[in-house]
Amino acid sequence: MRTAHDASTYVAAQRDAAADLPAAGRRWLDQCRSAALAQLELTGLPDQSNEDWKYTPIRPITREAFAPAQAGSDCPRQFVVASTIPNLDSYRLVFVDGFWSPALSHLDDLPAGVTLAGLGQMLDNDPARIEPWLGSALGSEPHGFIAMNSSFVGDGAVVEINAGVVLDKPVELLFVSGCGGSGRLSLPRNLVVAHSGSQATVIERHVSLLENRSLSNSVSEVIVESDARLTHHAVQQESPRSFHVGGLFVRVGRRAEFRSTTVTLDGALVRRDALINLDDEQAQARLDGLYLAFGRSHVDNHTHVVHHAPNGVSREHYKGVLGDRARAVFHGRIVVQPGAQQTDSQQRNQNLLLSRDAEVDSKPQLEIYADNVKCTHGATVGQLDEGAIFYLRSRGLDQVQARRALTRAFAADVLERMVPTALRSYLEQQVNDRMQAVSEIER
Amino acid sequence: MGPVATDIGELVGRDYREGFVTDIESETLPPGLDEEVIRFLSAKKHEPKFILEWRFEAYRRWCEMKPPQWAHLHHLPIDFQAISYYSAPRSNKDGPKSLDEVDPKLLETYDKLGIPLEEQKALAGVAVDAVFDSVSVATTFKDKLAEVGVIFCPLSEALANHPDLVRQYLGSVVPAADNFYAALNSAVFTEGSFVYVPKGVRCPMELSTYFRINALNTGQFERTLIIADEGSYVSYLEGCTAPMRDENQLHAAVVELVAMKDAQIKYSTVQNWYPGDEQGRGGIYNFVTKRGACRGANAKISWTQVETGSAITWKYPSVLLEGDASVGEFYSVALTNNCQQADTGTKMVHIGRDTSSTIISKGISAGRGQNTYRGLVKVLQGADNARNYSQCDSLLMGDRCGAHTFPYLEVKNPTATIEHEAATSKIGEDQLFYCRQRGLSEEDAVTMIVNGFCKEVFRELPMEFAVEAQKLLGISLEGAVG
Repeated sequence: MRTAHDASTYVAAQRDAAADLPAAGRRWLDQCRSAALAQLELTGLPDQSNEDWKYTPIRPITREAFAPAQAGSDCPRQFVVASTIPNLDSYRLVFVDGFWSPALSHLDDLPAGVTLAGLGQMLDNDPARIEPWLGSALGSEPHGFIAMNSSFVGDGAVVEINAGVVLDKPVELLFVSGCGGSGRLSLPRNLVVAHSGSQATVIERHVSLLENRSLSNSVSEVIVESDARLTHHAVQQESPRSFHVGGLFVRVGRRAEFRSTTVTLDGALVRRDALINLDDEQAQARLDGLYLAFGRSHVDNHTHVVHHAPNGVSREHYKGVLGDRARAVFHGRIVVQPGAQQTDSQQRNQNLLLSRDAEVDSKPQLEIYADNVKCTHGATVGQLDEGAIFYLRSRGLDQVQARRALTRAFAADVLERMVPTALRSYLEQQVNDRMQAVSEIER
Repeated sequence: MGPVATDIGELVGRDYREGFVTDIESETLPPGLDEEVIRFLSAKKHEPKFILEWRFEAYRRWCEMKPPQWAHLHHLPIDFQAISYYSAPRSNKDGPKSLDEVDPKLLETYDKLGIPLEEQKALAGVAVDAVFDSVSVATTFKDKLAEVGVIFCPLSEALANHPDLVRQYLGSVVPAADNFYAALNSAVFTEGSFVYVPKGVRCPMELSTYFRINALNTGQFERTLIIADEGSYVSYLEGCTAPMRDENQLHAAVVELVAMKDAQIKYSTVQNWYPGDEQGRGGIYNFVTKRGACRGANAKISWTQVETGSAITWKYPSVLLEGDASVGEFYSVALTNNCQQADTGTKMVHIGRDTSSTIISKGISAGRGQNTYRGLVKVLQGADNARNYSQCDSLLMGDRCGAHTFPYLEVKNPTATIEHEAATSKIGEDQLFYCRQRGLSEEDAVTMIVNGFCKEVFRELPMEFAVEAQKLLGISLEGAVG
């Protein structure tokens, strides 16, 4: 295979760091890391000749050699306090450049049957518990960035909900990047395991301390066992100069339900992969997404839903608002494997283009190998409806107000279903603030 | 419903009717491809020098290219050196002046195929430029077309008589090195049709061609070029059948359409190459590049295709919407049964202002067939008010087949409105039950439902093709029904 973008600086950095990674010397873990490293070395980082990266040039990332962040960087407590979501009562794990900071975390009154911890700590203290999970939802690494994450796997969050436990408050994972200065690479790996019949909500937020250039490479593996219900919200709001690549890899068991919302508010280049495996009968998944891209932002959402067993249900709805010179990519692949009869799958991608220089590339895909299924997908790209603007103006709103109201309404659609409400209100406010700053709306 | 159902009843369980080999002494080149072969082909056709150079350029580029791997198709690699690149019926060396001079065995072949040339003349409105392997054997209705100034002839004849026209347009829509198979075609194309419709002329009849692969191991590389000058109109029909054979045969055609200001081209295809047997042995590999360019304002190009044959179909009829307010259309029915694989769709590239395109694609998968729709809608920055509507529906029959939809939407203009929708389903038990309780057999019911599923496409076909298409669908679904 042709090496697309050379990854040798990262391979060398991993070799330097390997001996100091948590639980180094454990045979299974060393094997995981070195296999991923071999893949990274072989394939390099993807370029546009790779069909899955056709619309996302990673040149802005490869132009710079990001150095893996070191543990122990400082993140002011005031920043964490200021970054909290108003009125959201949660158990909070805070990560500084990808490393768990127990001091900044808030785990009081954690009910029995719930484990919240740092992956590094768990690997050092109880590696046997991690071994069966690590990599199990991920499977094989789909591209160089994920392989990079696996080769460095060391710290991140571990969330384990015991069978039958219903968690009263959401778990918030706050990732603060850019603490160790400019040009840092953070590589958290999160494991979320919801055992049979449990229920929980996990909120994953990525923020930047400063306007530093940084690269976050964050991978979450989620295992939802039978009859469990897990909600996962990912909010990406790092600085406009930061790069974010990441993935969400999920296995959903029998009669289990997985819901996720991915909200991208900022970032120079954001690429998120999601792989949802509906492993057993009657598994359900709902994927919602909202991406706002302005300035020269590039946002790429890659989703891949695989129905392995009969009677599965999946719903997917991604919406994007683009202005300035931004570019958004949506790639939604739904696969129905042989034997996954009675699958019911729907996917929608809708994009609102506000500027002449913005671009949308949408690639919804259906791959179906079973005959008794109901699968639909739809994709649209368009602008605000002149008729609707006229209607609002006839009711006394001016041009700008009318355009803002319609744009907000377009975005609100995705947020509407979000629970907890404190998170929803916070995101609605964030979206409104972003809209306020956008000049195209006043066109 | 009545007549169609009867036909299908007759045809189910029957072998591929068009499978026979005409025993004619062929003049065939030994397998292999190099510059000598290209020189031979060119000399054989007495081609002007610029064409030979063009072929060489394409060949050199082709040598550097690799076969595309992105399609959702699985087949063994093709050995391009194991193919013979020229085969001509020898008895045809000097070119027949009329039907009397045509080898009677050839005429017999056409009779078996159901297109007796004698009757074709009488059949109103259809002129046939029949291609038997590589050499055009008969051309009809030329006089009538000449009256209005329409040129409709084999490409080799056009090269001899209208070299400037060919030179101006050949490769202008599909460049010599456009893709692997187009480059191969550009290097070794042997036959094909040329159509030129002058300004303001409405072509008085549907133009039609009938391609057929015959001699063993001979790939067929047609090249069709259609030019509709300002304000003209032409409707072109293309239909294919091929004899039954065990070896996979390669078919790599190129079709180029040029529509000037206010001109319209309607291009219809019924493709029924040999699909291979139930185990997937044999069958045609069909790798075709079809593209049209709307060069002027208000030009319109419409592709309609019914793809029922071939072991492998790789085909994306496209439209470049360069002129303002130009229109592109793509209507397709693709059926895969047994081990057939189809990866087909379209590209609509919106370049001019107020351009619009419509895509209606119906895929039917049965047996172990794999059917893929792959389409691109691209709106460039200057294409203000571009409009696209795409609808891709798939119908699954049987639990071992696959239906896939891979649309690509690339939009760089905020005034564009692009809609894509796709749905995949099977024939409803309730629909079948309803038909059965009205007295239809299950087979008839399925055929009726499938024909209804495809109706939006069939109604775009010229009358005679629509009838043929419905029959073909029935034949191709044999064994899958019930």
